[in-house]
Amino acid sequence: MTAELVVFFALAALAVAGAVSLILQRHPIHSALSLIVVMAALAGLYLLLEAEFVAAIQIIVYAGAIMVLFVFVIMLLNAGVEERTQLSSMARYAGVPLTGVLLVVLTFHVARASAAMTAAPLTEGMTHKVALLLFQDFAFPFELTSILILVALLGATVLAKRDS
Amino acid sequence: MNELAAQHPIIVVGLVKIAVLLFVLLTVLAYLVWFERKVSAHIQSRVGPYRVGPHGLLQPLADALKFLTKEDPTPAGADRFVYFLAPLLTMGLGICAVAVVPFGPGTIRIFGQSTPLVVADVNIGLLIIFALTSLGVYGVALAGWSSDSKYSLLGGLRSSAQMVSYELSLTLSVVGVVLLAGTFSLREIIMAQSGTTWGFLPRWNLFSPTAPQVLGFFCYFIAAVAETNRLPFDLAEAEGELVAGFHTEYAAFKFGMFFVGEYAGMVTVSFLAVILFFGGWLSPLPTGPHMAWAIYLPAAALGLAGLSLIADAVRYWNISGRITLSMMGLALGAIGILCTREGVRELVQGPFWFLLKVFVVLFVYVWVRWTLPRFRYDQLMAIGWKVLLPASLANVVITSLLVVARS
Repeated sequence: MTAELVVFFALAALAVAGAVSLILQRHPIHSALSLIVVMAALAGLYLLLEAEFVAAIQIIVYAGAIMVLFVFVIMLLNAGVEERTQLSSMARYAGVPLTGVLLVVLTFHVARASAAMTAAPLTEGMTHKVALLLFQDFAFPFELTSILILVALLGATVLAKRDS
Repeated sequence: MNELAAQHPIIVVGLVKIAVLLFVLLTVLAYLVWFERKVSAHIQSRVGPYRVGPHGLLQPLADALKFLTKEDPTPAGADRFVYFLAPLLTMGLGICAVAVVPFGPGTIRIFGQSTPLVVADVNIGLLIIFALTSLGVYGVALAGWSSDSKYSLLGGLRSSAQMVSYELSLTLSVVGVVLLAGTFSLREIIMAQSGTTWGFLPRWNLFSPTAPQVLGFFCYFIAAVAETNRLPFDLAEAEGELVAGFHTEYAAFKFGMFFVGEYAGMVTVSFLAVILFFGGWLSPLPTGPHMAWAIYLPAAALGLAGLSLIADAVRYWNISGRITLSMMGLALGAIGILCTREGVRELVQGPFWFLLKVFVVLFVYVWVRWTLPRFRYDQLMAIGWKVLLPASLANVVITSLLVVARS
């Protein structure tokens, strides 16, 4: 087993463990922290693929900005420990088996596809390429997305200000 | 050891470099506290630490011992895991960032392997530092939340709002530098600043002939002071209103870890300021045949420092101080003489200028803290969103226009 594979499995295990813990934790802050672990592990996986720019952005945007807001809001609302509920009969008899089926289908297809996959050639100047794609080929969708986000932001502000 | 290093060059050499850097960094951080106390004392016409060792030089050691031996209670309502995690995060993230800082252009040999003066020479060094600083918020926020105390929670909430607000300006303020250099690699950003304008003015980004980053530096420095929660932006602590803010409930070594984290953040931000705006390890002096003597400047500076220490030792009031200070002076002089040697003198140029500039930035940092009063919370938010953010955005627009126009 190469060192790369060892690191991959360690990070993958960390990501899965974080995701499981995210669901099982009963306190919102602990769940948020688990989600941060998942994101950090994903950033490590990107690094392993030599996509340093994506890894750094993953940390800066998801772990450093979005999750900070999550934690901030949980702290501000002073949310407490959540109650556990029994599974509804709908979830027990339809949800759980369907999840199992989905898992099997996904595993089958990923296993079949990854056999045919080859490693992409390593490229220098990853950041450069991302920038070219973003601002030349996909400039219009990219700008449209930012306008969409701006609209959502304004909408949220309007809704928040309505009461006062 | 040499064979092992030849088989696994990255691991062995990397570990050695990490160990050396960690040791030096932690010592420097401890003495930064001493330095801050001394400077603040002299600003306020006091003498500062003076009892433990000559000129209080052993004070950091005494402080560390005190942190280790004090009682370390955990508040009854605290969330134990997060309560332990918060100081660890603050210290760990603060120290990690220094790994990507390049200290000089030269290479050294460790176990026969030639290696540059940086632990991790990555081509996204700048982004890594920002990633680590952006995670630094968690230390403060989680400490405030997990302590189960209203002062801590208020401090944590305030500072997470503050750090999120100022992070935007911090990141935007360096975009101008990235536009000028065209890279995220700290090494290449420094190399892009070499040379002089009109034969004497160094082409540091601050005085860049294409687009001087004066506004960028202004925004960077203010945002950096706020990001590291230092006066005049230390709303997270605000001892007048919040006892000690987010670390009210922390004692002993966990409190010490917050301390280390805060000063590590300060050092990282100063490293970055020097790399981005003041040419990193580049000498401020013009080069040329008539400037050949400049290569002896590090040796001369160390020698002079040694001499002044010895001169001070002669007048010191107690015997042990006289002995210690003169020994330190001799050691500095010996290092100075070593720096005149062939090979060594080229190697020390980069680190000498780099650390000298960092020292100046750190001094300004401390100076600001002990000169300006604290902002009110609403003023803090107004500065961040209404002044700093538009100013750094303007800097991005102006710089990109100038770069396009002049290239």
